[in-house]
Amino acid sequence: MSHLPILPILIPLVAAALMLLWGQRGLPYHRAFGLGAMALGAMASVALAVEAGTDAISVYAVGDWPAPFGIVLVADRLAATMVLLVYALGIPALLMATGGTDRLGRHFHPLFLLQIAGLAGAFLTGDIFNLFVFFEILLLASYAMLVHGGGPERARAGMAYVIINLVGSAMFLVAVALIYGTLGTLTIADIAYVLPNVPPADLALVRAAFAILVGVFLLKAAVLPMAFWLPHVYSAATPAIGALFAIMTKVGIVALLRLSVIGFGPAKATEALLLPWLPVLALATIALGTVGVFAASRLATVAANLVLISSGTLLFAVAFADGPATAALLYYLPHTTMATGGLFLLAGHIAERRGELGDRLVRGPCVGDRMTMGIAYAVLAVGLASLPPLSGFLGKLMLLQGAGDGVWQPLWWGALLLSGLGVTLVLSRSASLIFWQPEKPLPAVPSASGPGLALWLLVLAGPAWTLGAAPAAAWARDAAGQLHAREPYVAAVLGDVPDIQRERRP
Amino acid sequence: MEILIALGVGLIFACGVYLVLRPRSFSVVLGLALMSYGVNLLIFLGGRIDRFVPPLTLPGATGLADPLPQALVLTAIVIGFGMTAYLVALALRMLGDTGSDRVDGPGPEEEADGPDGDAPR
Repeated sequence: MSHLPILPILIPLVAAALMLLWGQRGLPYHRAFGLGAMALGAMASVALAVEAGTDAISVYAVGDWPAPFGIVLVADRLAATMVLLVYALGIPALLMATGGTDRLGRHFHPLFLLQIAGLAGAFLTGDIFNLFVFFEILLLASYAMLVHGGGPERARAGMAYVIINLVGSAMFLVAVALIYGTLGTLTIADIAYVLPNVPPADLALVRAAFAILVGVFLLKAAVLPMAFWLPHVYSAATPAIGALFAIMTKVGIVALLRLSVIGFGPAKATEALLLPWLPVLALATIALGTVGVFAASRLATVAANLVLISSGTLLFAVAFADGPATAALLYYLPHTTMATGGLFLLAGHIAERRGELGDRLVRGPCVGDRMTMGIAYAVLAVGLASLPPLSGFLGKLMLLQGAGDGVWQPLWWGALLLSGLGVTLVLSRSASLIFWQPEKPLPAVPSASGPGLALWLLVLAGPAWTLGAAPAAAWARDAAGQLHAREPYVAAVLGDVPDIQRERRP
Repeated sequence: MEILIALGVGLIFACGVYLVLRPRSFSVVLGLALMSYGVNLLIFLGGRIDRFVPPLTLPGATGLADPLPQALVLTAIVIGFGMTAYLVALALRMLGDTGSDRVDGPGPEEEADGPDGDAPR
């Protein structure tokens, strides 16, 4: 058994523990050590992706307890892609923080690495309770990082965020308890194996348990009735943290995708559990995000509402979990994550240059180095508004073709195209407020090397994802195919002919 | 027995939900604590209701309690405790920062006359 699948979790976890032992002395050492750990973790996740690219599903039984009795980490194409994305977004976010925001509070770097460990773990785990534990690790780190820097605004946002997520965790545990009580297992692959044979007396309870679990994932993904916390929270965080948070909603989305495709399958207990209400909520979330983009008074709030729109868009594809929709989703997801992350960083850069105006969308002297900032803004905006020729357009095209047929098609096309139009309007208006003013420009402030590099890494991710669209889309198709085949995953975790001796329940 | 325990868990949880919906952070903390009690009971009883049964195979023991819910509930208790402690610390910090212990920031009546006279920043 290769130890590769656990490395992307273990490296940041151990590094964070070591940094806590050092204490707060020597921030430069913390920065170097944190970036070093991120680089090592990134190498491990690249190796994981290379291995997953051979269609092998590597299963790591923690403590060598075989599934379904122990906890497994499963690295298939989907998990490897998401772990790679965690590091691809995490490294620029950490570089941005080295520009000085990591000085604002204690223990920034250990917390950041803990959050990376939690994110990687949540994508890799093959067990629902373990998923809960990794959710808590990443949430606990995010609670502390959100209020990093202090101030009443962040404390208030933090309070709402912590309470809503604690209630979510309680509901998660309710679902775990009911699933274990009825099915006797928490391993996703084993759920797929057991679920078709649920006795009729338990059907309603099992269905309720999974409905609660889906509700919790939707809370994390910020879907309409449970979405109002997100814009406030994400825009209150420092830019680096906001950028990293862009991937947190995707944890809920990918968990729901994996559970609904692998776990539910054609079982009677979970038949049509997501239809037709999830597409309706997803469309409503897109509408809410679009309205929020118009109402935003700061660039960071625009970015936060764009996170909402991308949550709605991705969840609509999840609701119709079939091959083409999932493939489109897996191409669009990295693009939208990197681009919204980039907008958070750009908002930070602009706020730094405009002094008291910050990133508020009001008239004022335009930023000093408007050439470089303007180009970065233009590239990000074209990606976010899904205009050709960048990857946002390709991703949306795949989504339009892949998801939503029949009665859904006009609603889906209308929602995506109108929200794209709205985002285009708002982003061009913001550009004219920030970059296109007749007054004398502010003096140019050269970026520190870390934050400058961070911004350009995320800005150029869009063009790179466009140039590599053919292999990237092929990879997304293969990942979706592997996920929807189901048998390879179940066989990799449980063995070809699962012959598990189960206790008989009274 | 099952129906009694189910009602008890439901009652605890309902009290928790009511308290979480209150505006002050103190009752919210209590509500979250009650909810986690209810949840922990539910997980613990998910391994079915037994008495005097060891979670390990021992010579002479009849029956076997499911050890997994016991392990799960330990993890859940530890995590819930840590989260509650953090929430209390955050609530105290917010009280210091804004001068109000309302979870959504100072309300309109407190803007006029705060609990101890000082206007929130």
